[in-house]
Amino acid sequence: MLKRAAVGALAPMLALVIAVLITVVILLLSGDSVSGFLSTLFSAPAPRNLVNILNNSSVLYLSALAAAIGFRMNLFNIGVEGQYRVAVFAAAAFLGQDLLPGALNIVVAFALAIAAGAAWAAIAGLLKVTRGVSEVISTIMLNAIAVSLTAYLLRRWGLTVGNSLQTKPVPEDSWVPGLDLVPEAPNEILGLSLLAVVAGLAYSVVLNRTRFGFELRATGASSTAAVASGIDVRRMVVVSMVISGGVAALVGLPFLFGDTHAYSTTFQSGLGFSGLAVALLGRNHPVGIAFGALLFAYLTEQSSLLEINAGVSNDIISITQGVLVLSVVVAYEVVRRYRRAAEQRAVAEQLAPGRPGTGVSA
Amino acid sequence: MTVASEAVALHDGPQQPDRHRRVPVVVWVVAAFALVSFARVITGSHELDSAGTLREAISAFIPIMLAALAGLWAERAGVVNIGLEGMMILGTIGAGYFGFFYGPWQGVLAAMAFGAIGGALHALTTVVFNVDHIVSGVAINIMAGGVAAFLADTWFSSLEGGGPTQSPPVEGPASLTIGPVADWAKEVEDRHWFLLSDAASLLGAVTRNLSSLTVLSLLLVGATYLVLWRTSFGLRLRSCGESPGAAETLGVNVYRYKFIAVMISGALAGLAGGFIVLVGAGLYQNGITNGRGFIGLAAMIFGNWRPGGLLVGSALFGYTDALQLRAGGGAVHALLIVIAIVLLAYGLLLLRRRARRSGVVTLVVALLFAVWFFSTDEVPSDFTRMTPYVATLFVLAFASQRLRMPAAVGLRYRRGEAG
Repeated sequence: MLKRAAVGALAPMLALVIAVLITVVILLLSGDSVSGFLSTLFSAPAPRNLVNILNNSSVLYLSALAAAIGFRMNLFNIGVEGQYRVAVFAAAAFLGQDLLPGALNIVVAFALAIAAGAAWAAIAGLLKVTRGVSEVISTIMLNAIAVSLTAYLLRRWGLTVGNSLQTKPVPEDSWVPGLDLVPEAPNEILGLSLLAVVAGLAYSVVLNRTRFGFELRATGASSTAAVASGIDVRRMVVVSMVISGGVAALVGLPFLFGDTHAYSTTFQSGLGFSGLAVALLGRNHPVGIAFGALLFAYLTEQSSLLEINAGVSNDIISITQGVLVLSVVVAYEVVRRYRRAAEQRAVAEQLAPGRPGTGVSA
Repeated sequence: MTVASEAVALHDGPQQPDRHRRVPVVVWVVAAFALVSFARVITGSHELDSAGTLREAISAFIPIMLAALAGLWAERAGVVNIGLEGMMILGTIGAGYFGFFYGPWQGVLAAMAFGAIGGALHALTTVVFNVDHIVSGVAINIMAGGVAAFLADTWFSSLEGGGPTQSPPVEGPASLTIGPVADWAKEVEDRHWFLLSDAASLLGAVTRNLSSLTVLSLLLVGATYLVLWRTSFGLRLRSCGESPGAAETLGVNVYRYKFIAVMISGALAGLAGGFIVLVGAGLYQNGITNGRGFIGLAAMIFGNWRPGGLLVGSALFGYTDALQLRAGGGAVHALLIVIAIVLLAYGLLLLRRRARRSGVVTLVVALLFAVWFFSTDEVPSDFTRMTPYVATLFVLAFASQRLRMPAAVGLRYRRGEAG
């Protein structure tokens, strides 16, 4: 078990080294300070940064989980971006109305968010099974539509605060308090970042211990075999898309309830695509994704110090992250090919004529 | 929408025998033109196709069209290119730097070279390492954004007129103006005659400040058609997208063709970015592509993976975009009646062809558009912005029988594994 984990970690470690090396080469070419970059990147984060890392990795984790559910089915849910946007907008719009008392308000808002995210994803799922539309294309379209749609609704009914539009603020009795876990930090860990832990456990249990999880993995491994064993693949596509959208809906909620308390035009975007990258990094495994999310959040947070400490533009870290993802998938592919070649060699040796006791009877 | 799918069907030629009599494309174009002119006259919003609007539309249309063309090259060779957006971004930074320091045409070449580097990376991961095409594209998009922003910070921060996120103004390639013709066209346009004035504004749009890069880009569509459909190189390239295994048995070096196709795709996407910087905006800015790579992808799908079709798709998307920017929601509102009339005609056609259900649905939608037209005064800008995406979703959902993408697009292929 331990050995397997070590082998599994080898490819990502290798990819990280390659990504950092390539980044260093780029810095050398552009004449920037390499030592400043490395020392900033690998310095111990201050308490305040540590809290940020944990917060950001929890939402990245949720986003990656949503993508991973699709990946296990061989479905590309590129639409996490749009799904969490629609969901967090629905929750924020409802909360702003202040119709229900505190806790009840939170529960209903949660249900609304999940319903909105799931419904948005269901469009892509239904289009796929009824009209054969590739979910990659439809979710890209739905992402763009989500941006325009929420922008329209904000323009129509939102409040203008400063130079951005936002929904009515969430009433204070529906805020979720932060956790003061890191000593000496001026900021707190988002209360709802615990959602990531809950979702991760649920993902692991459902995937490995339930019939649904088995059917999902079976369909992902081979849809023809799945059909042969009586699985309704079309239903599985819609259901897993809906679940993926439901999980995607959670992505925006920790920040909504614990930090921004409103949905505005400047609400954090881009989590969907980074989530996709993190899911790939963690090979869709709940623990792997956790490491991937921490790594991504760590790189992003540390890069924010680059400008001040080393005079290097912090955009360099997107290059590191992009190379990281590409080299990780390439590394997995190379390992897969190597293993298969080794297997073939082993089989060929065993079947070779002249070896006693292993001849194949015709 | 209807016009597009009909026009597309015309191209499909012998593969899809159509029982119905063909109408030449020209007739469709003229009909569409007459409809817009009709809408202009009855609504009185003359900005609908003024020379200014059309000029704006051309400069919105070209980058989308080039991106769609880039998508076409990759997908025809069987490689999905979600990384178009990233390759466009690489093109913008290349054009910004080389355009500023060396000159406009050097900027154009650099844009194509930078895009081609992105394409080469995509080809390396998808063709050589068999990484999933979507995964590679997503990673390239993330990376390209970082590369461009980083280089912009490094290159432009210390320049006068520039900054960490944008370049100083960049000069574009030479443009063409035929003064007397343009002036005369303007006079006719201002009379607001039916059809004649519209033709005049089109003439006015192409005789004033017509960029040589625009002309070149349009020529590239023709060149693409000729190369892909009229040469043996193109036939082999497309065979890699339809059935790489079969191509391999005929001695085609599938890897090489895919590699070339994706590099050309990258170069075209880079050119699309370069066009935005050199002709459209006149400077580089972070995020200036603003998702147009994805709109290009949409236009290509809308156009059924054909050069003529993607031309219609990107013209439509570019036009609505420009109309919103230039003339506002009031002018876009006038288009609603055009859509209603087109859908009405299409619905009646469907009923005549005894496709009762889809005919009735189309008529109901036509009615809804008419109601929308008569009950409001303008279309919110956000709705205009959604148009390309919604239109593409509808085309995919309702015309999927008519769409035919390359058979082996997105599938993994390894030499010697053909079954």
